[in-house]
Amino acid sequence: MNFVGLLFRSSIGRKILMALTGLILIGFVVGHLVGNLQVFQDPDHLNGYAEFLHRLGPLLWVARIGLLVSVVVHIWAATVLTLENQAARGGEPYAIKHTIRATLSSRTMRITGYVVLAFLLYHLAHFTIGAAQPGTFKENLPAYTLQQEYRVAGFPVVDAGATVADVHSMVILGFQNPVVSAFYIIAVGLLSFHLLHGFDSLFQTLGLRSGRWSAGLRGFALLFCIVYFVGNLAIPGAVLLGKLEPRTTAVAAAAAR
Amino acid sequence: MAKLESKVPSGPLADKWRKHKSEIKLVNPANKRKYEVIVVGAGLAGSSAASSLADLGYRVKCFVFHDSPRRAHSIAAQGGINAAKNYQNDGDSVYRLFYDTIKGGDYRSREANVHRLAEVSVNIIDQCVAQGVPFAREYGGLLANRSFGGAQVSRTFYARGQTGQQLLLGAYSALMRTVGAGTVQLFPQSEMLDLVIVDGQAKGIIVRNLVTGEIQRHAADSVVLATGGYGNVFNLSTYARGSNATAIWRAYKRGACFANPCYTQIHPTCIPVSGDYQSKLTLMSESLRNDGRIWVPKQAADRLKNPNEIPEDQRDYYLERMYPAFGNLCPRDIASRAAKRVCDEGRGVGTSGLGVYLDFSDAISRLGEAGVRERYGNLFDIYHEITAENAYQVPMRIFPAVHYTMGGLWVDYNLMSNVPGLFVLGEANFSDHGANRLGASALMQGLADGYFVIPYTIGDYLATQRPGSRPSVEGAAFGEAEANVTAITRRLLENRGREPVSHFHKRLGKILWEFCGMARNRAGLEQALQQIPALREEFWQNVRVPGSADSLNQSLEQAGRVADFLELGELLCLDALTREESCGGHFREEHQHPDGECKRDDEAFMHAAAWEYQGAGQKPLRNVEPLAYEFVKPSTRSYK
Amino acid sequence: MVAENTTQPISLTLRVWRQAGPNEPGAFVEYRSANLNPAMSFLEMLDVVNDELTIKGEEPIAFAHDCREGICGTCSCTINGKPHGPGTGIATCQLYVRSFRDGDVVTVEPFRARAFPVIKDLITDRSAFDKIQAAGGFITARTGSAPDANATPVPKPDADLAMDAASCISCGACVAACKNASAMLFVAAKVSHLGLLPQGQAERDRRVLAMVRTMDELGFGNCTNYYECSAACPKLISHDFIARMNRDYLKAMFRSSLSPESASGAGGGA
Repeated sequence: MNFVGLLFRSSIGRKILMALTGLILIGFVVGHLVGNLQVFQDPDHLNGYAEFLHRLGPLLWVARIGLLVSVVVHIWAATVLTLENQAARGGEPYAIKHTIRATLSSRTMRITGYVVLAFLLYHLAHFTIGAAQPGTFKENLPAYTLQQEYRVAGFPVVDAGATVADVHSMVILGFQNPVVSAFYIIAVGLLSFHLLHGFDSLFQTLGLRSGRWSAGLRGFALLFCIVYFVGNLAIPGAVLLGKLEPRTTAVAAAAAR
Repeated sequence: MAKLESKVPSGPLADKWRKHKSEIKLVNPANKRKYEVIVVGAGLAGSSAASSLADLGYRVKCFVFHDSPRRAHSIAAQGGINAAKNYQNDGDSVYRLFYDTIKGGDYRSREANVHRLAEVSVNIIDQCVAQGVPFAREYGGLLANRSFGGAQVSRTFYARGQTGQQLLLGAYSALMRTVGAGTVQLFPQSEMLDLVIVDGQAKGIIVRNLVTGEIQRHAADSVVLATGGYGNVFNLSTYARGSNATAIWRAYKRGACFANPCYTQIHPTCIPVSGDYQSKLTLMSESLRNDGRIWVPKQAADRLKNPNEIPEDQRDYYLERMYPAFGNLCPRDIASRAAKRVCDEGRGVGTSGLGVYLDFSDAISRLGEAGVRERYGNLFDIYHEITAENAYQVPMRIFPAVHYTMGGLWVDYNLMSNVPGLFVLGEANFSDHGANRLGASALMQGLADGYFVIPYTIGDYLATQRPGSRPSVEGAAFGEAEANVTAITRRLLENRGREPVSHFHKRLGKILWEFCGMARNRAGLEQALQQIPALREEFWQNVRVPGSADSLNQSLEQAGRVADFLELGELLCLDALTREESCGGHFREEHQHPDGECKRDDEAFMHAAAWEYQGAGQKPLRNVEPLAYEFVKPSTRSYK
Repeated sequence: MVAENTTQPISLTLRVWRQAGPNEPGAFVEYRSANLNPAMSFLEMLDVVNDELTIKGEEPIAFAHDCREGICGTCSCTINGKPHGPGTGIATCQLYVRSFRDGDVVTVEPFRARAFPVIKDLITDRSAFDKIQAAGGFITARTGSAPDANATPVPKPDADLAMDAASCISCGACVAACKNASAMLFVAAKVSHLGLLPQGQAERDRRVLAMVRTMDELGFGNCTNYYECSAACPKLISHDFIARMNRDYLKAMFRSSLSPESASGAGGGA
């Protein structure tokens, strides 16, 4: 069998796919968080950043398709592996269920995965398509004019004075709804819990883990998940506590709808 | 009267095997695939034989009663495997290994066989390493050795305390390679229940599929038995529970001679019996005797006292007292007999009275508990697991247990029995260990037979058989053998007795252990020869075997095996009674030196006694193969 | 200080899975086992129960066992939900009655997995392991063709690690314990044992590809890195070997698809 065949048909191959797509998605969620933390800065930052991404054009679509493929492959592999696992257990279950040391995080991957998927769909509907809360969607808010140029790695990418969508206000307005924020916090919490096993596990699957440093890896995974969760918690948290305010023109526009 | 022709080649000892290999007949490579060989058993000898024969081009069928060939009891051997590699530069040689084995066997083995064993020992290590057996290594990456069983050279190769396991996994992997290649057909969970003889030659077997109960006939050009020893005749032993003598016993009843059944080895350091329910005795490595001191109370009244409260002057360190030069390190048979003696005097410890102390308190005060833990920690852990006693605080209790049988089916230099076409390998044959086996030699012999002897010698027989002359399984001999098997099964199942098989096995074991164990005498053996037939009769009247013949039925399997043990036990005692001397593992109290050591009678008994079946209820015929010592001069062993 | 004097006999209630044959329905049957010496092994207790059943005219419980010293890998009971029962690093035969308290109810089931169908009562068919082994769990070394044993030095750390992997007794507890009935620990132990040694290099890629393919075909599940397997293993074989096998597999995937191949295709072993 050739490489692709082995990757998609063998048990280990599919697990490698699971690990690699997981790694890509971890990279995405980390980058996504780092970008979004610009909400704590002047609106120029987040809005400039959003405009920069927007202007990537075809490149943005490459990235989006790449992420979509990763999500699809990740879910496909999970589904196929899970169905096989259930079949492999056989018809007669153990009368006494006993777990020796498998962690709660590892045993709940499927459930946390479902919630994360549901959240992902909602999140896209909310901030990308505008179907969830059309009133606060960026396209329905007054445009924003950049005061300063936006730079990436020192290079100016969006000029000062450019008129861009007001993502900054959209985020803050969105999170002012406590139900939305609560769902977001729970979902991100479960995603962090999902990553607690996933992060550690992908090293094992890719053959990069050994007992000599597994404790360190485990600790790092835990730290990573905590930092990731706190970072994500910070945005709705700050909005609910009133530390982050939207632009007044945006508030008025949203209220008018 | 069977013809016992040893077929030992002429010439100088060191040239015999080489000369023989170049003179025996060969089978044309194109013809090899026309011959089918049945191998029964897949321990070290069976697996190695099956894969080696398949690699030569023969078609092989391999039968095992286990669910996988890897479970054979070779797997449990701990210590190591001897080989005359002289990697340690300490003066070892093929001759020394040969000499030590001959002497250790108390001059009751065949010189030429033992020399060949020593010669091929070096090839075994090469073969095993090539297969990936992870032997212990030095830091430089070369193989490590240790001295074992009192040998004066370090010639033992080992893989932690699991040498047997690793060697068996090596042989098993070779077997599975040939199974995967289709050159060996494997029949797991298939127990051989009869040997089929056509025109005086072994040409097939009858097996029972242990899962479906189906009785099958299998024909071949030659049959190789590698089914292990018969120590479970004693019921309690270090053998696996499933180890049995049925294959060799039924071959015996078809005319193969059974040689020296009374040569049984009893290991001195096992964990004692704790109750009637006991199924198995566990060996504790002999190495414990390097630092432990063996004692019993001087007064029988003290035997149940807390040993730590028995003062020093009330303890009898009997090995140190009786054998001042070797003390606690005297050979296995001597240490075992001494333990029996003090227990017979009523000084044995523990509730059963069958135990002696192995005390580490001196070693702990000398080396510290940590020092003792470093050397023997895993053994102390095993002891704790089984007995729940902490041997760092109270002395261990040990007692001898049966753990190897040197006797077995008689074979010639080619490892062929007196039945043409029937080859017998490993512990199932009688050939190489004489009256006593040295430590780390059992693994060596099993693999020597399978890898390096049978591949040559089977050709010498097969070359005399016309290709395609294998009989059909429809023949009368197969029908008769199958009918015999079916009749035994039916008789067992239809017997409306009351007692389970295990009760008879336990009673047989007790008789043998008492009268034909570590020390034997005429009166006891005669008593055993009365009791065993009576027990056998009771068995056939009163045994209850539940279940049916057409599905998995462990009671039925066990019943058939115990029925055979009830016959074999009698032969064992008869052989012990007839051999009016003491040698190696066979100790007749009437024949001892004033110091209690074995007194051989080379004039009258320097021979192998090969018993020939004469029919049910008939006394078997005792054939004799004289052992000619051309190269070594027998002497008396002394360990004072 | 003798064990049998210091502890009182105990009684247990055994709930044992009874199943007459592979395609028969099974059910739990309760047996009261009284007056047990704590020094008895668990399997000896089953022996006693079986003798009592035989005397009563019932069919004894079929259970797999042989060496009774933890090395042959035959015994295979799931006791109170854990393969080989309570305790760490032991096989069923190394479990003693003293591990239970007087009056305990002990549930005894076979090792369960689709790839290990029940033959009868507590006995399962584990021949799938032999099939995996036959697919590649060997170093091809025909008898007589071996070079001198010291011709190839093996670094001691490699030899020691190979020995750790090689101590697998093929009991199947890893499969039984795995929530997915995966055989990864078993296969990884075999692959690592041979792959760590210089002798095993020639067939290293073929071996891991063939053994994993066979494992997949036989209906075992997939590894989800729970590490229940290594916790249930009577030899405590580390799941690090699974990571090693994954790495080996990945490399073998690349090499088998990308490295050049002889056009004539001649050469190969047996």
